[in-house]
This record gives sequence, C-alpha cells and structure tokens, in this order.
Amino acid sequence: MTKQRKAVALISGGLDSMLAAKTIMDQGVHVEGINFFTGFCVEGHTHAIRANNKAKPKRNNSLWVAEQLGIKLHIVDVIEEYKDVLINPKHGYGAHMNPCLDCKIFMVNKAKQWIVENDFDFIITGEVIGQRPMSQRKSTMPIVAKESGADDLLLRPLCAKNLPATLPEREGWVDREKLHEITGRSRKPQIAMAEQFGFDDYSQPAGGCCFLTDASYSAKLVDLWKARDGDKQYDLDDVMLLKVGRHIRPEQNFKVIIAREEGEGRFMQGYKKEFITLACVSHPGALALVDGTPSAEDLFLAARITARYGQGRDAEQVDVSITGKDGSERVIQVKPLGAEEIPQEWFI
Amino acid sequence: MIKASLNARRLLCPLPVIRTQDKVKQLKPGDQLEVICTDPGVMQDIPTWCRINGHKVLETSAGDHEYIIILEVGA
Repeated sequence: MTKQRKAVALISGGLDSMLAAKTIMDQGVHVEGINFFTGFCVEGHTHAIRANNKAKPKRNNSLWVAEQLGIKLHIVDVIEEYKDVLINPKHGYGAHMNPCLDCKIFMVNKAKQWIVENDFDFIITGEVIGQRPMSQRKSTMPIVAKESGADDLLLRPLCAKNLPATLPEREGWVDREKLHEITGRSRKPQIAMAEQFGFDDYSQPAGGCCFLTDASYSAKLVDLWKARDGDKQYDLDDVMLLKVGRHIRPEQNFKVIIAREEGEGRFMQGYKKEFITLACVSHPGALALVDGTPSAEDLFLAARITARYGQGRDAEQVDVSITGKDGSERVIQVKPLGAEEIPQEWFI
Repeated sequence: MIKASLNARRLLCPLPVIRTQDKVKQLKPGDQLEVICTDPGVMQDIPTWCRINGHKVLETSAGDHEYIIILEVGA
C-alpha cells in the first residue's frame, strides 16, 4: 500500500495559500496548515480594537480558511524570533519596513523545522512568480528554498510548472501535470480557480497581511526607534500601540497617543499602569497616553493637545486629569491647542 | 478530569487562540478549559479553532467587555 504523504501548508488567510493547499489536497495528500504570528499580522488585531468596525466579522482569516478546507491549523507564536528578521534583514526592506524576502525565508525555515518534528514530507506555499515585487520574483524563489533549508521540499503549487520539479513531483507524491503555471500580479487565474473550487468568500487584503507594508505604520515604528536613540528592540505592547490612535510627537522625549474612538480608548485603558494617562474631565473627550519621559511643562502641553481632541476644543478652559503609572491623579486647567498650533510635523 | 482556567485578558487575536492551543496541549481528552478574554474576536476564533482541531465548546458567555469560553478537550 502506498504511504499517504503529508504536507504542511503556510496559511496566511488569503486566497493564494487557500488555493495552493486545496490543489494538493485534491491529489490525496494529507494537508495541515501552519500560520506564524509575528506581531505585525493584520489579521484580527485592528478590527478587534476599533469599535466602529463592529459590522465587520471579527474572524481570523487563517482559521476561517482552515475550516473551509477542512484541515487542522497550527498557529505559532514567533514574536521573539521575528525581531531579528525585522531588525537585521539580510536582504533589506521593501518600500517600507517590510523585510518580505527575509520574512518568507524565516517562515519557510520554521515550516521546515515543523515538518521534521512532526514527520511530514513537504511544505506548500501560495507563492506566485511575479506576484510581489520583493519576495515573489523568479530570482527570489530559489533563494527562499535554499536559505530556508527547505530546498526541494518546498512546493509552490500555483506556479510549480514554471519552476524546476521539486522532490514531491519527482517522487510522484504529487502529479506535476495537475499543478499550475500562474505568473504575475493579475488575480484573474486565482479568482477563476476559486470559482472552480466553489470558494465564493475569501480574503484578499490589498496591502498584504502585514502592517510593515503600511507607510503610516512603518513611519511610527521608525519614529519609535529614533526616540529610543536607535535602540530597535521592541515588545508586543509597542507593536500593538503603533496600531492605535493618533500619534503626536511635539518633542523627542515624549509623544502623545490619542484614542480616535471608543474601542481604541477602551483598549488603551489597559495600559494605564505602563503610561501616564490624560483625560478631559470637564468635557467629553478621548483618552491619551504619554510615552517617553515628559517634564511638567511637557505634560501641560500634552494636556492641551488632549483637550484639542475633546468636545471642549473651542472652550476657553478644559479640566484635564493626569494619572501617573502609580495611579496618583491630579487635574489641571488648560486652554485647548488650536488646530493651527499643532505643526504638521508633530503628527507621526 | 481536570478543570483548568486560562487568563487571556488584554490579548488580541490570534494570541488568545495561541495561548488556548498551548494550554490544551498540556491537558488530556475530556479535561475542561475555561478561557477568559477581552477581545470579542475570540467568540468567533476559539470555537473555529475547536471545530477544526476536534475540541468541543461547552459554553460561551459575554459580559461587561469580557468573554468566557469553556471547552472540552477532544481526543
């Protein structure tokens, strides 16, 4: 009896990895999914934070894809290990702070470790030649395979026919003729394939599935490192807070993070022990966190900024509470800053 | 049968799922796990994770910005 081969599919939650996994499942291979959580994944986070996104389903797309495919999904926390990928990318960054090629190598390497530990035979990704300008080019495909250590155990079902045959193809574990030869950025072949498979609901995030491809997010990350004298270490709370609120930096030594709506305010409440918090008390207004080492004068300015984003913005005077990390609270009276008093360069 | 509890407050998805997954690995079939979260996304994600991995959700409840899921570990 022929041994049933087992493959692990990198599942991002998008359409390509879903189609890649389905293509291989249809050849009788046992497939399970793996998803790596770097801390920068778009999945889940922001729509969980922001109250005004209540109408959108708060589903995690990688889990949803696994359920549609009927496969197990292993979600792996790689936050700590990923720091080195982000801070020291051998192949550099993309348009923003996205180390896409190093990231792909890292994830395929982790998948390689996983198949060894779990007695699986090969790895599947949804990569397509020419799909992404940095990590999915014809020239980078062998780099990912080689530098990840996966070599010819890495099969890309969506574009396999444009690449040399891998071990699963050569050994007959999968039929190369039933694999695909998609290239380029057009989504038409994938959409047609999704129709064939009967998938009518799938996620296609325009900017990919990573916050590091976002210009605004990347600017905040660079600002954070700069404010820490170039120290690029970070923790998960740093990463999370860059996704929330308006970030305003009047001086190098401090910035103010102001909630933009109720959900963000509630989320930021959880950081009261780590940050000085400001809130308007005489008028309705947003919660603000102060990051850094503000002087008394800086806190006064932070209070004026906070008042600017409350309903008392046109009042002569607003009472603002300042709560220390130890819970001590005092209230000061400030005149809200006018819109013209906040220079554009303060906004990160 | 063990009845375990997991505090996943303040964590955003998928971290509550990851912590649940890690905790379940330490339990045996038939054991129960109560997961307490603040991210409403868990009401969708943890039951999905349970379904695809063969565990059973016994109870879910939502309170004042807190969400509790009790699951039974599958075989």
